[in-house]
Amino acid sequence: MSNEKAGSGWFESVPPDELDAARDVIQNGSVDAPEDWPALAVDTGFAADEDDYYDTLHDATVHATREAVRERERADDQQLKYSIRAMDDAERTANELAERVAEWAGALFDEAGTGVDGARAVADRDPDTAPERRVVSLAERVTDLANEAAALRAFVERAAPAVAPNLSRMAGPVLAARLIALAGGLEDLAKKPSGTVQVLGAEEALFAHLAGRAPSPKHGIIYIHDYVRNTRPEDRGSAARALAGKLAIAARIDHYAGDLRPDLHEELDDRIAAIRARADS
Amino acid sequence: MSLPDGVERRTFDGRERLATRGDPVYGEPTDGPWRLWDAGRSKLGAMLELGLDTGLGGGESVLYLGAASGTTVSHVADFCGPTYAVEFAPRPARDLVDVATGRRNLFPLLKDARQPSTYAHVVEAELDAIIQDVATRGQARVAARNRQFLRDDGRLLAVVKARSEDVTADPETVFDRVLGDLGETYEVLETTRLDRYHDDHLAVVARPRTADR
Repeated sequence: MSNEKAGSGWFESVPPDELDAARDVIQNGSVDAPEDWPALAVDTGFAADEDDYYDTLHDATVHATREAVRERERADDQQLKYSIRAMDDAERTANELAERVAEWAGALFDEAGTGVDGARAVADRDPDTAPERRVVSLAERVTDLANEAAALRAFVERAAPAVAPNLSRMAGPVLAARLIALAGGLEDLAKKPSGTVQVLGAEEALFAHLAGRAPSPKHGIIYIHDYVRNTRPEDRGSAARALAGKLAIAARIDHYAGDLRPDLHEELDDRIAAIRARADS
Repeated sequence: MSLPDGVERRTFDGRERLATRGDPVYGEPTDGPWRLWDAGRSKLGAMLELGLDTGLGGGESVLYLGAASGTTVSHVADFCGPTYAVEFAPRPARDLVDVATGRRNLFPLLKDARQPSTYAHVVEAELDAIIQDVATRGQARVAARNRQFLRDDGRLLAVVKARSEDVTADPETVFDRVLGDLGETYEVLETTRLDRYHDDHLAVVARPRTADR
């Protein structure tokens, strides 16, 4: 129902008592410029008079906004946690099975590639013998799993910004989802000190350190963030600390307030720029 | 400056405070049908408390940008006419819907104030006032884009939050820049710092620029 034609109000194609139809137009419609909608609604017979129009508008906007809020909030952190874990499982399993397919297909066919792409090629073959039928069938499973992993990734990329706008903007949707999953949920993440956020995903190294067997880890999963990975090794600890500090704040804003705060992102950009500038001095 | 009809000073705990008539929404003290409008919690309340000439007399049609959980907008709906309330974040919008449910003239919208085309099919043109309290960069741009809803002699009542534009810069510098940008679409009539109630906030009263001014 998007892109209502220019110059048409929300009520134009909506019967007066159909709240769900009104909801769809209010939520998804758009026009370039406002007009005197109350007068137009009366002229076109949608409402008996202006008071009647405002009454209907009230019921329609309350209903539309309540439903829109519910929908946005249903995309919650737990769904994100399950999706990112399922995505990792699907990717890992697809790769493992692809190795098996490559090994097996290499014994049956002349040119069998490796990895998921290799499995995709095998899946496209016409099998002649019973073993060929089995390996082609297995390759089809790999293809399906890889496709499922891609669909899960697309879902995470869509859902994460709704659940955690600041965290997703700062870390990217996938890393944001991983941090939420590692902590157990957005609220759990919001309650963690930044030092913990810094080493989330590096628990093994952390416990080795606490047992006195290793140096303290400088970073956990946040290593995959450009600000850590692409900072020179001697400054990576500083970069990881700065990033973790802002990620912890972003998680708190997302959990307790929910609005996007551009300031926060600029503060981090400035801080990282300052850390990286050390390399030039 | 006189208060709009429907807003009065009443005595709460021995002090004269602003109040409007309506159902309480956030546990505020009441005095008969009147409920306290706390200037420390509401920037528009602070503007009225400080005596700015808001141009509001009561009964106006209003577009409120950045309604949050509806604390201030509930008071606006108590003394104004049709009141459109735009808020983008779902969590506060949930409370806003609850506030709006019992107020027939309040219309809540889950929309981004930076994209007026997504609500121009609902919000009417020729409104008397826009009240803007958005915590985003580009507060002047938001005001400019929403100019289309305001009648030529209508009023923009904006609260500029220095920290939303630039956390590091001096608030005065930020205010000058925002007022400069705002001046392209609006004629600024009056400004006041709200520091007594809200740190680093500037209240602005403005009206649209037209061909002859």
